[in-house]
Amino acid sequence: MVELVIFALMGAVALAGAIGVVRARNPVYGAMGLMATLFALAVFYVVHLAHFVAVVQVIVYAGAVITLFLFVIMFVGVDRAEDLTEKLAVQRPVALIVLVGVVVAAGALVVTGNFDWVITSGEPQVVTGTIEEIGENLISVGPPSGREASRWLLPFEATSLLLIVAAVGAIALAFYRPRRKDEASGRRDAGPGSGSGP
Amino acid sequence: MIVTAGWYMTLAAVLFLIGAGGLLLRNNALVMFMSVELMLNAVNLTFVAAARAHGDIGGQMAVLFVLVVAAAEVAVGLAIIVSIFRSRRTASVDELSELSG
Repeated sequence: MVELVIFALMGAVALAGAIGVVRARNPVYGAMGLMATLFALAVFYVVHLAHFVAVVQVIVYAGAVITLFLFVIMFVGVDRAEDLTEKLAVQRPVALIVLVGVVVAAGALVVTGNFDWVITSGEPQVVTGTIEEIGENLISVGPPSGREASRWLLPFEATSLLLIVAAVGAIALAFYRPRRKDEASGRRDAGPGSGSGP
Repeated sequence: MIVTAGWYMTLAAVLFLIGAGGLLLRNNALVMFMSVELMLNAVNLTFVAAARAHGDIGGQMAVLFVLVVAAAEVAVGLAIIVSIFRSRRTASVDELSELSG
């Protein structure tokens, strides 16, 4: 019963935030809606005993990622009028057709299967995503640690490589200069420090 | 009334569809990017719900990896958006037609 109340409340918050992301004219409001959705999902993670994932969700997503989004939104400019008209003539109808198709397919899945195919037979054991459990699943290396070797160890190491590549790529993009300087006068000031504003 | 994993997965499907709609219908690159984040989070909710339904912690591990990949994606994607904005003075993807013949 408690879970039903939490599901209804946080589900409403998540849906409202998601609709806000899509419908908001001002991207700042969209970012706020996205943050509401992320917090609601963090509550769902706690309900699902995934405590560590919930904490990481709040810190990384609702904290860092949203801050980064807001930073770029402010940099790009929030006060410029955005026209919601579509310039490609076929974009809107094709998009609506695709969306309706996916809605029908997902609805058919929900109605006919009721997601029974994801539930295993028998009572599953309750898992709690504590830090110890997550950490041992991530980097336990074998018998000396008292557990079998983790199957997530190689993906974990690949993730570190991915993060390094992403950081180097972001820095390289920040130093990239367009070669043509003759069009659109007045942007000679696009130096490395131009993000700090006038 | 028992809230089963199917409820959460239905909610995740709705969130995913809203994100897909934003990705297809908006033309601001930042809003499209936020819609992608919405879709990723919908899938994360599915993973966590399945982890509890199966009693397997693998779903939560997958969510952690999705989080890391999404963080890397945000860093690179926002750098690309800022780079485009510096050279084109726009964040609308409709304006980016340099490759069209």
